[in-house]
Amino acid sequence: MPFNLLVLACLGYVAFLFAVAFLAERRAAMGRVGWLRSPLIYTLSLSIYCTAWTFYGAVGYAARSGLEFLTIYLGPTLVFVGWWLLLRKLVRIGRQQRVTSIADLISSRFGKSNLLGIVVTLLAVVAATPYIALQLQSVTLSFAVFASETPEGWALPDRDATAIWVAAGLALFTILFGTRNLDANEQHHGVVLAIAVEAVVKLLALLAVGVFVVWGLAGGPADVFARIEASELRDWPLEPGRWTGLIFVSAAAVICLPRMFQVMVVEGGDERHLARASWAFPAYLLLMSLFIVPIAVVGLERMPDGANPDMFVLTLPLAEGQGTLAMLAFLGGFSSATSMVIVESIALATMVSNHVVMPIWLKLRPKAALTGDVRRTVILSRRLAIVAVLSLGYLYYRMSGGSAALAAIGLIAFVGMAQVMPVLVGGLFWRGATKVGAVAGLVTGFVVWAYTLYLPSFGPDAALSAAVFAEGPGGIGWLRPQALFGVEGLDPLLHALVWSIALNTFAFCLFSVLTFPGPVERMQGAAFVNVFDAEAAGPKGWTRGWAEPEALLMMTQRILGEEAALALFAAEARAQGKDGFLPEPTPDFVAGLERRLAGSVGAATAHAMISQLVGRATVSVEDLMAVANETAQIMEYSAQLETQREELTRTAQQLREANEKLTQLSVQKDAFLSQISHELRTPMTSIRAFSEILTEGDLPPEMVANYGRIIHEEAIRLTRLLDDLLDLSVLENGSVQLNIGLANLQQLIDRALAAAGHTRPERSFLILRDLPAENLFVRTDADRLVQVFINLISNARKYCDAAAPELRIVVRQRAGRVSVDFIDNGSGIPKQSQRIIFEKFARLTDQTRAGGAGLGLAICREVMANLGGGIDYLPGQGGAAFRVTLPLRLEQKAA
Amino acid sequence: MKQRRVPLFLKRRSYRKRRLRDAARMLPVFGLFLLLVPVLWRPAETVRADTAPDGIYLFVVWFGLILVAALMAPGLTEESGGDDPEEG
Repeated sequence: MPFNLLVLACLGYVAFLFAVAFLAERRAAMGRVGWLRSPLIYTLSLSIYCTAWTFYGAVGYAARSGLEFLTIYLGPTLVFVGWWLLLRKLVRIGRQQRVTSIADLISSRFGKSNLLGIVVTLLAVVAATPYIALQLQSVTLSFAVFASETPEGWALPDRDATAIWVAAGLALFTILFGTRNLDANEQHHGVVLAIAVEAVVKLLALLAVGVFVVWGLAGGPADVFARIEASELRDWPLEPGRWTGLIFVSAAAVICLPRMFQVMVVEGGDERHLARASWAFPAYLLLMSLFIVPIAVVGLERMPDGANPDMFVLTLPLAEGQGTLAMLAFLGGFSSATSMVIVESIALATMVSNHVVMPIWLKLRPKAALTGDVRRTVILSRRLAIVAVLSLGYLYYRMSGGSAALAAIGLIAFVGMAQVMPVLVGGLFWRGATKVGAVAGLVTGFVVWAYTLYLPSFGPDAALSAAVFAEGPGGIGWLRPQALFGVEGLDPLLHALVWSIALNTFAFCLFSVLTFPGPVERMQGAAFVNVFDAEAAGPKGWTRGWAEPEALLMMTQRILGEEAALALFAAEARAQGKDGFLPEPTPDFVAGLERRLAGSVGAATAHAMISQLVGRATVSVEDLMAVANETAQIMEYSAQLETQREELTRTAQQLREANEKLTQLSVQKDAFLSQISHELRTPMTSIRAFSEILTEGDLPPEMVANYGRIIHEEAIRLTRLLDDLLDLSVLENGSVQLNIGLANLQQLIDRALAAAGHTRPERSFLILRDLPAENLFVRTDADRLVQVFINLISNARKYCDAAAPELRIVVRQRAGRVSVDFIDNGSGIPKQSQRIIFEKFARLTDQTRAGGAGLGLAICREVMANLGGGIDYLPGQGGAAFRVTLPLRLEQKAA
Repeated sequence: MKQRRVPLFLKRRSYRKRRLRDAARMLPVFGLFLLLVPVLWRPAETVRADTAPDGIYLFVVWFGLILVAALMAPGLTEESGGDDPEEG
């Protein structure tokens, strides 16, 4: 097969994946998530467990150790068929606490401790580096296999060059689709769909090779059976310790590996997804393993001595002249490697940015949470982390020379990540597990793993000197890395596994029992362990502090983005029975907000940021006890009473607000009545006076003309006032005739700006617009809409008190609705007035300045209601800001 | 609800559900036992284990686990444990 064709196919495949990811992202952006969140996609995305290590390495593993390779898939099978025990709880907690990574989960469980986050992140990066190197190596090797087969004697110029190209390409893909936006809950629809597609490709590829080997090269299953009996693989070294240990370690790995945690918990699975995956994922693993032994046996039979069994999946079809099949196998291997690297680097980058970069950044610039652009910092740090992680993988590949057998590297990483297992299980099921215990356990496990397995894996005299291997450090015999405490003759992997997990668990339990957890720790412990029955009665963490809602909103905007933050606040305000965007900062709301922010920047960082606003004093142990008492009392009430009470409180709150509003309005109405009498009287008086003069006659004609003009002008003023009142009553009755047609929003805004220019024409306004965004067609009543725009722009011209006044017009389109924001840079509208500005006769400044009857915004509100939209005041924008929303296409109401 | 008039039926139903959850918890334990069985038995002629029969045994156990899990999965998700408080 020509090498160029291979490269071409490879690029074509990558372009296809780009397209898939792009389309999925676009679909999700339009809100049509649908099947992107189906159990099928979930199960397929779990298949990133099967990396190139499975695809190529399993055959090599089988050729060396027989059926032992099955342990790597049997462990996960047990975990998944037993999902009711552990995974269900894990996924539920992940959803409830909006966990962003395994480091975040551990940190969140133990009192949102950032130290723990850093420890787990460090462990994950160290363990993942060789694993990523392994993927780069396998892609490079598979390229090399094709290169050496080329008849024209084409030789791969440089393996390192291939590896660096692959790494760079993967970094690009990951950055494009993994860090496009700082989304709530860290979900990446594009990436998930791309890896689901890759899952299908690698399964089909491996099955195709398997079918070819069993029915093409051998004569069916019976023949394969006979060939196994006759081959050197007839017997296999079943070591009970290794067999059990590897099943355990792979079971732990499938839960703890950063990429598995990412797709299983973070990307948003739920019970329905898990129930399907509980059998479908083991079935996928079974299919992946089904033909491994036949391929190994036939490969050993047919391939020349010394051929690398790790590459049989590729070399066997090539040697038999099956170019297309080899190409498919190559793409399968390529898929396995790339999907693993992409998800792993996203997971690691999230950990690094949330637990290392953000805390440092916030420590250096404590005020940045409120003023800086947090989103940009987070995204930038993730992108840099992705590049760093891939560079580390590449460096490891260069330094290790890419020689070690694939299986060995993979297992080292597995044992490393398995160190998280005791703390994870303990944290999920034992309320007595404490932060100190978790740190002690993790550090112990990490150190023992590094000393007995990771460092020795570089070989004698590389990281540890040969003398240390033989006699122990400083001649202390019982500290020899592969014979700890004098336990000799054990398989090194099993030795490392047993000691690291045993000492880890021991340290974790011992220190947990001896120490006393802090209040946040105890709260989180209860929330995690009792996740299934404590949903309603979770303790409220922020009972003591109080934060200005506007400040909370500003901080949330910095992290979630303006749109999402406003939507979140508006929803909460509605739930509290209030209008507008600023809910009461109740402890429940602040706790929910913290969880939401944790979904983007991790629990520890979110906690620290909220603390800055609410105050450090969150809860004390006494508070917790009080909360526990309170909870017990509440549970005595019947559920019905409880809901009734809530409803009453809500109604009372609404009534209180209504009453307040009524009182204010009544005052205003009185004021208005005197105002309107005044407004009506002034023109009436002059009309009467002048008409009296005119009836007396005997006046020079120029004076008659002058008086006539004055009478006319005053009459117009009267008419306008009455028109406004009439207009409002028509709008309120809903009996208005709408003249619906297609109109360009940009032209409408142009019209409004031109018309509103007459208001205080002496002021020069800087108008900031985004013309391309405005260029869209809406089906609505254009004249009415322009009326609203004119009103808002005139208001800005009248009331904006900035020295260099500015008006920003922002148009957004989302899910069939358009929003137009008018934001000026004045001092805005005081909070207590925000609620009444849309009421009739409402006026904020003294009447001489306003010059109107206070009907403008009331008319605007009625117009927008008639156009199927609305108008709201947007708080926290640094000036007066109004948002007009309307449907893209207004359907004519059925008469 | 119609079923409320037949309390015995409901009781039996929720009883079944509880036992199904118990079974779901037991499955991995029995699975592990079955997967460890090859450690116990004696190979045919040589000292080391036999690849082909062991392989067939393991794949059959594996398939059995998948089958049982698939049969139990729909029963475990219905009503997703919301109204029924968890015991023990």
